[in-house]
Amino acid sequence: MNKQTKNFHQAKWDEPVIFELSNKGERGILFSEIEQEIEELIGDGFSKLPKNMIRQKPPNLPELSQMRVLKHYLRLSQQTLGADFNVDIGQGTCTMKYSPKINEKLASSLKLTALHPAQDEITVQGILEIIYKLDLFLREISGLDKFTFQPGGGSQAILGMASVIQAYHDSKGESEQRDEIITTMFSHPSDAAAPNVKGYKVINIYPNEDGLPDVEALEKAVSNRTAGLLITNPEDTGIFNPKIKEFTRIVHEAGGVCGYDQANANGILGITRAKDADFDLCFFNLHKTFSSPHGCGGPATGAFGVTDKFIKYLPVPLVEFDKDKYYFNYNVSNSIGKVRSFYGVVPAILKAYSWIMSLGNEGLKEVSQIAVLNNNYLLKKVLEIRGASAPYAKGRHRIEQVRYSWENLYNETGVTTEDITCRMADFGFHMWSSHHPFIVPQPFTLEPTESYSKAEIDEYIAGLKRVVEEAYENPELVKSAPHRSVIHKINTEALDDPAKWAITWRAYLKKKQK
Amino acid sequence: MKKIGLIINPIAGMGGKVGLKGTDGATILSQAKKLGAEQISPERTIGALKRLVFLKDEIELITYPGEMGGDVSKQCGFNPRVIGTITEDNTTADDTKQAAKELCNLQIDLLLFSGGDGTARDICEVIGDKIVVLGIPTGVKMHSAVYAHNPIRAGDLAVLYLQGKVKALKEAEVMDIDEEAFRSGYISAKLYGYLTIPFEERHTQGLKTGSPPTESYSQEAIAQEIVDSMDDDHLYIIGPGTTTKSVMEKLNLRYSLLGVDVIYRKKLIEVDLNEKKLLEQIKEKKAKIIITPIGGQGFLFGRGNQQLSPKVIRRVGKDNIIVIATKHKINSLNGRPFLIDTGDNQLDLLLQGYTAVITGYHERVMYKIDL
Repeated sequence: MNKQTKNFHQAKWDEPVIFELSNKGERGILFSEIEQEIEELIGDGFSKLPKNMIRQKPPNLPELSQMRVLKHYLRLSQQTLGADFNVDIGQGTCTMKYSPKINEKLASSLKLTALHPAQDEITVQGILEIIYKLDLFLREISGLDKFTFQPGGGSQAILGMASVIQAYHDSKGESEQRDEIITTMFSHPSDAAAPNVKGYKVINIYPNEDGLPDVEALEKAVSNRTAGLLITNPEDTGIFNPKIKEFTRIVHEAGGVCGYDQANANGILGITRAKDADFDLCFFNLHKTFSSPHGCGGPATGAFGVTDKFIKYLPVPLVEFDKDKYYFNYNVSNSIGKVRSFYGVVPAILKAYSWIMSLGNEGLKEVSQIAVLNNNYLLKKVLEIRGASAPYAKGRHRIEQVRYSWENLYNETGVTTEDITCRMADFGFHMWSSHHPFIVPQPFTLEPTESYSKAEIDEYIAGLKRVVEEAYENPELVKSAPHRSVIHKINTEALDDPAKWAITWRAYLKKKQK
Repeated sequence: MKKIGLIINPIAGMGGKVGLKGTDGATILSQAKKLGAEQISPERTIGALKRLVFLKDEIELITYPGEMGGDVSKQCGFNPRVIGTITEDNTTADDTKQAAKELCNLQIDLLLFSGGDGTARDICEVIGDKIVVLGIPTGVKMHSAVYAHNPIRAGDLAVLYLQGKVKALKEAEVMDIDEEAFRSGYISAKLYGYLTIPFEERHTQGLKTGSPPTESYSQEAIAQEIVDSMDDDHLYIIGPGTTTKSVMEKLNLRYSLLGVDVIYRKKLIEVDLNEKKLLEQIKEKKAKIIITPIGGQGFLFGRGNQQLSPKVIRRVGKDNIIVIATKHKINSLNGRPFLIDTGDNQLDLLLQGYTAVITGYHERVMYKIDL
């Protein structure tokens, strides 16, 4: 039963934008008139407000009844293909694992939601303990010495790493000379983009024929201008890099700092550690490896850790424990300041803490073992599909994900990765391509994590097989997909034209008038 | 109604299977025929036309008679407008040029042509960058970057372009090697110019995930990086190509697209210098060479820029060679290294290995050079 593709059809409500549903005067809640007694005490409630705080015009918000609002958002939710609906293994690199619902309950408890970030620390000891203990867990997992949860996502954590690298060289009077950051093509693009934002020149290392960054290339890239290395490991190809320690040695010898992008550490928990590969800095995405939902399910967290030597550069405040109470430590001598307001996305921290507590030491290692096993089963099955290939490291096992290619299929049928993605949507599946640029031609990246059963992985494979059969028998059917989805083909022309794109209703109205 | 032109070089590719490394010129053609060579170009063109035929009521196909396009167009179900005259079984490069000229005058939207490097040269000579073209690969030598991966891809890309789904254009290299020299075992390639082709972004993400930088944007970013880092002590020798051209454009300087130019302190010293003149220029001054690999094949030295001879390169020094290329160009090599063939094996060995390539503003990649 599971091996068959489903007779799926996406809901299509043809729902307008909420602003278009607005009816003047329509209300969700009708407030009662002010009681006379109250009016006598405080007046009408407005006249006492300072004049400069009162809006001249009411905000242009849609005016709708409660029930219509509810319908609107429920309909939209039915038009998405959320992580809890589909076999979400097609979004490789993102570690789309199951986010246990018990953790959502904890995070939505009044005990957390009623807290205010400006409360005195003595009144929030419980959540500070959780933040501090999650720091201890991640120290154990990475081997590093201190974590901050301030960055609201992976890219912000990378920006944090670049800032710490800059502050470190600044303290040695070398930051002007050391203006280059080295990264690799199969690292996350933010490992290049974030240091660029800090003003760094970025040197990117192409993969060699084995799909790994070449040590010889790194040796050529380092110099007395090297500020540091920011590398994702394992890279997007999921190939184990046996020479990673040589990388850190070469960069250290050149005077650089080594930052480890472990946004996705799902294949290495309890197996390898940043410290053992001699990294100075690292970060984990709590919303990937540690099961807090991704951005669309609630803001994310890039948990950013450093070795002792770099603690003095971390953003403030750090959460510490003096054997009596937990407290905010603002006394960080060379702090880079803040990368985000307050202390980080506390619900994400709580969910990750709860997830780790539910698994324990051995459970975490088992997570990685199952994720790797699932991935290698999937790899074997995908390679049996006509037209699919997995460039590099032929015959070798991969870690937690694989970057595959439809190049053969494309050359034989003209069907592209994008076409297959669209057709997979007809069966309720999602299939992503790759980070930019496409080094692997017609790429797709799958990562089954530990969450999915063999039956579900087989279901996804059956979907891929069916679409590939169609591509060989009737390529037009695939090229014109999706046929059973909310939107058929998106006209992407406007995205190239600043005069046409609009990301707010107000911008839309303005541009429409023109 | 969109107008699409078609020119088939019917003899293209005939020399290939019989081992003649090309089919340029009447003598070689008759030799190929004696060796039993058969026409392959029309058959391969059908592969492309079949992908287009569903548009036959929405486009006007204009072509030359018989084996130069008329026959296969009809065979594929088109009702082509046939112009010009030919002598069947005896067409030459002049027919290709004549057809290109007439089709160009008819203001067609896209010219599809089937052939190899020789055909691309003929087309380039007549129409330059006046209209958008696309090559259906049917020749023996195909060093030019104007050809689609195979006839089917040519057809698909033509459809995307005609439907307005691919709008970006690219100036692609027209290269050819000297067949005579090639037959004697020497490769001597020359860059003959550029043709404008639709730019299929095979190596960039779809627009749905955000707009990737276009080729011209990337070239401009590279040019800015180069201009910002230029010093007053060095002469700058600018090699051929559209990527290097962007540096000259950024500086508002005159340039030779196919030649080697020299600038000093951001002022033009001379355009289109040969080896001798280059050596004179750098006799007393330190110099840097700015070069870009040839799209699709990756040659840095020895193809299309032989003015940058071993003597010039040695005089400038390995550390003063600045390589620039857009990431798209690098990715189009599909992982193959850059190539060098300066004619001086010792020098080639010295230049091989990893080099830093400027790919954007404050952006470089490490990429391998091989022999």
